[in-house]
Amino acid sequence: MDIAPYLLLATLEGLVQASVLMLTALGLSLVFGVMRVVNVAHGEFFMVGALIAWACGVYIPGPPAVGFVIGLVVAPLFVGGLAWFADWAVLKRINYNPEGTIVSTIGMLYIIQQFALLTFGPDARAVDAPFYYTIRTPWFGYSSYKLFIIVIALALVAGLWFMLRRSKVGLLMRATQFDKETAQNFGIPVDKVYSAVFAIGAMLAAIGGVLVVPNQQAHYLMGTDPLLLSFVVVIVGGLGSIPGTIAAAVLIGLSDGLLSVFFSPTLAKIVSTLLVAIVLVFKPQGLFSGKGARA
Amino acid sequence: MSLHSTEISSVKAAKAAEAEKGKDRFMIIHNGRLFALSLATLSVLFVLQFALSDYLVLALTRILIMSIFAMGYNMLMGYTGLLSLGHAMFFGFGLYAAGLSSYYFGTSLPVSFVIAIATSLVFSFIIGLLALRTEGVSFMIVTLMFAQAAYLATLYFSKITGGDQGLTLPTDARSFSLLGANFDMTSDVVRFNLAFGIFAVVLIFFFFVTQGPLGRLFTAVRENEPRTQMLGFDTYRVRLAAFTLSGTVCGLAGALYALMFGYIGSAFAGFHYSIEALLFTLVGGPGTLLGPLLGTGIMTMLIDRLSGITTAYLIIIGIILIVVNMWFPKGILGTIRERWVPWLK
Repeated sequence: MDIAPYLLLATLEGLVQASVLMLTALGLSLVFGVMRVVNVAHGEFFMVGALIAWACGVYIPGPPAVGFVIGLVVAPLFVGGLAWFADWAVLKRINYNPEGTIVSTIGMLYIIQQFALLTFGPDARAVDAPFYYTIRTPWFGYSSYKLFIIVIALALVAGLWFMLRRSKVGLLMRATQFDKETAQNFGIPVDKVYSAVFAIGAMLAAIGGVLVVPNQQAHYLMGTDPLLLSFVVVIVGGLGSIPGTIAAAVLIGLSDGLLSVFFSPTLAKIVSTLLVAIVLVFKPQGLFSGKGARA
Repeated sequence: MSLHSTEISSVKAAKAAEAEKGKDRFMIIHNGRLFALSLATLSVLFVLQFALSDYLVLALTRILIMSIFAMGYNMLMGYTGLLSLGHAMFFGFGLYAAGLSSYYFGTSLPVSFVIAIATSLVFSFIIGLLALRTEGVSFMIVTLMFAQAAYLATLYFSKITGGDQGLTLPTDARSFSLLGANFDMTSDVVRFNLAFGIFAVVLIFFFFVTQGPLGRLFTAVRENEPRTQMLGFDTYRVRLAAFTLSGTVCGLAGALYALMFGYIGSAFAGFHYSIEALLFTLVGGPGTLLGPLLGTGIMTMLIDRLSGITTAYLIIIGIILIVVNMWFPKGILGTIRERWVPWLK
């Protein structure tokens, strides 16, 4: 038996996973980088995005592509609003105290997850892909939708990068990240920047959820894996470092894909969670970060 | 000359007084009011079994075991100020150590129990060595990740552990005889009294730890680690002691759970159990001796009631975590201590 087709399949699957992971992890990383907040409810924003995509796919008449596009717009808006509210109602009031924030976001995790259970029930929901076109390789057919995921993710990351580096909003965010108090002295509305960053982070996770739904069923417990993998990526890449996060997402996505295909998904997750723990214990600034002081 | 001799005699007297004090230190119970309160609580718990229905006695048995878990957690989180998000791994470790040795090697229950405690001690010491190199948010994430890896390991080795389905202990592992007496683990009365006995031992043990010099060191590390260091203490060792003690007691709770109810499964090592320990401790009052018992009691009964009303009963965990963290970060007993009863610690 030839190993090449398996290797190709695993690489493709790994790249698809890496691109969704990149979006989700960038959201987590942005929130950590600017606000120094570890958002444990991040996976639930992903899950809500996926469930909204399912609802749009099912209840909006017409071809699946219409529902998909509407979902791609509605889900991030809804989730962004939810995150904005959570920031206003909870995080601002505890003054972003690091440990208190983690405890509170764990609380949000339970609330959002259980609300999803109440609203959508415990069943896993499948959605049709917006388009069917199978790309043929010599050994197997591969869904073009999955390649589309990679393209969209890359476009969004490029957009985010542009926003952070070139736009006024990005400048405000970077100033806040660099030194919150000085930024405030210069008249930057740090409060609003925080709300916006928390919402944008959640929106990135929601888009990840929308993209993943045609591949994988939507379910109220689906937030755990993206959360853990995002943690892995953000920590291995260096907390708050965006290029590091991108590099780590590709590394973790690919290795997870390869390990899942050749061994088992559970083993793949054991390896990556242990990797995180070891990185934090022995190299707290992350594998890809040159300077350690930032995180 | 005479001046010199009086000086010597006064030094002698001081030394004698000090020796006297040293002798007393083993007999004096610091914070006697808390000790009396603990004994009173224990006697109320013991009497409750005659007043409550069978169902509630069973619930109380579970509360007692989970309180041991929460008390172990509180030793680290409440007294030493290290917030771990992965204590389910210790609970699960004790559960599997006890359960698997009974299941595969047929060791009698007391032997399995001792094995579980001893291996939990080694396990928590090793995890502590690694995890305590980090602090704050990193420490929380490291413990979370170790616990997640441990949980996934119980799924990965499901041929041995039974994975999600779990394993039910065989009937001959449901009873044991010790010192001529026979204990049947399927009897509610035996289970309750055994759980009560072990709970009482752990509570009294923790009373002496927390009110004694070691407990004060834990609190010193929580309040101001650099200053404790400056006073000449190796704070890494202090934290490691707290971590190991905490993990071992949580392992003990897990072992007790496995042997009492005769079932082991992956769910006990999952994230949810780590959060329960945190929640129970937060609600009752971190850094108070009786807080975990109070928190476990209130939350268990609340969840029990709610699960009759809705399937999404876990929502209450989320709401309480946020509310307690925002308005009552000291928990019930912590707030009472702050306002009215300073010796409640």
